[in-house]
Amino acid sequence: MTDSQPEQFTFDFFKEQPHIIAESGDELKITLGKFAGPLDLLLYLIKQEQANIFDIPIAKITDEYLKYVRLMKSLDIAVAADFLVMAATLIEIKSKLLLPRDPFAPEEEEFEDPRKELVDRLLEYEKYKSAAQMLYERTTVEQAVFPRGRIESDENNAEVDASVFDILTVFQKILARHVDEIKMEIHREEISLADMIKTLKKRIVDEIELSVTAFFEEMHSKRELVTAFIAVLEIVRAEGIRLTQSKTFGDIILKKV
Amino acid sequence: MDAVEQKQTKTPAELMAIVEALIFVSEEPITTKVLADVLEENRQTIDAAVEELKNEFESREGGLQLREIAGGWQISTRTEYHEEVRRYLKTRPSAKLSLASLETLAVIAYKQPVTVPEILEIRGVQSASAIKTLLDKRLIVAKGRKETVGRPMMYGTSKDFLIQFGLKDLSELPSIEDFEDLAGSLAQEQ
Repeated sequence: MTDSQPEQFTFDFFKEQPHIIAESGDELKITLGKFAGPLDLLLYLIKQEQANIFDIPIAKITDEYLKYVRLMKSLDIAVAADFLVMAATLIEIKSKLLLPRDPFAPEEEEFEDPRKELVDRLLEYEKYKSAAQMLYERTTVEQAVFPRGRIESDENNAEVDASVFDILTVFQKILARHVDEIKMEIHREEISLADMIKTLKKRIVDEIELSVTAFFEEMHSKRELVTAFIAVLEIVRAEGIRLTQSKTFGDIILKKV
Repeated sequence: MDAVEQKQTKTPAELMAIVEALIFVSEEPITTKVLADVLEENRQTIDAAVEELKNEFESREGGLQLREIAGGWQISTRTEYHEEVRRYLKTRPSAKLSLASLETLAVIAYKQPVTVPEILEIRGVQSASAIKTLLDKRLIVAKGRKETVGRPMMYGTSKDFLIQFGLKDLSELPSIEDFEDLAGSLAQEQ
């Protein structure tokens, strides 16, 4: 993906900022970029209106916001639910502002601006938007720095961390093999997960390096195999046991950290 | 071989030379602890050797630099020569992260360990696909579950994050309050 057609994926933080160019009257001319979310769109509209973030002209901004959402719809852009949630929030704030204050409300009760929560969220969001820009600038610089070329050999590459999906693949392979083998289950020796974990733990301690494949192969029934698989997942999650793979598609080894 | 086996005290110049060799062959940034273990020297001696080596790299003004990154040391090319290096390697700048992924990464970097609902709260938008991208690129890792309703998964940044963003450690990130001042001053201007 990176080499064949990189331009398509290359993204310029500054160039791809979305624009809405308001032209004469109510007509909106839009260069559609992507807003990162409703807060992003809202910030943009506030800046466009040159409004003070602490004193947002809610009626005007709500109109602009709804106009944009409608436009997304008319252009058949799937409007994410989050944009609609924000639209509802804006309308709610707008209606609250329109209502006269309760005349019977106690005098000393501070009048809470219904916009306050939204302003707080916008300011909080804006910090992370700036942080995202800083990260963007850092990657741009980092892409101009090259470490020594990699030696293309899995053997030299001591250990690749194996993921859950890698064990799942091993598990599925063995399970498939077991399907053919099943003859007759006469009596069933139930082995509990707790026992299986205990056995597995002991094996890892005794053998230092335990092959996941070998361990699965020892299981007699599908049921045991499933218990063994869960035991492996559990032990990796809870016991500080590491799964390592000496090469891609190689055997997965369980090891104490 | 036997002659080398004998433990001899190395001169600072020898030490620097060996440290340079080890940093060069290491595929990942190499820590001074590992260097100290291999050389059977104490950390202070190694730290001093690395520092001296770094100065040497800088004063030489060559094509390489010695940088502290992700808690270790790495030799890499200088940014000034990226065009020529890239021309030789025939590579183009790799795909950059989308705006949504960068924002999500920023929230995770500053708020870690952080859950998906907490990210949603700040960004105001679902971040599932951004999180998947970041996990695929190994920039973030799962950091266990939060002991709250639904036991949501918590995420944090990985060592790859430090490497790809050229950071010594997380403390090298500017503080989030600096961005607050920035955002605040913009608001005041208006």
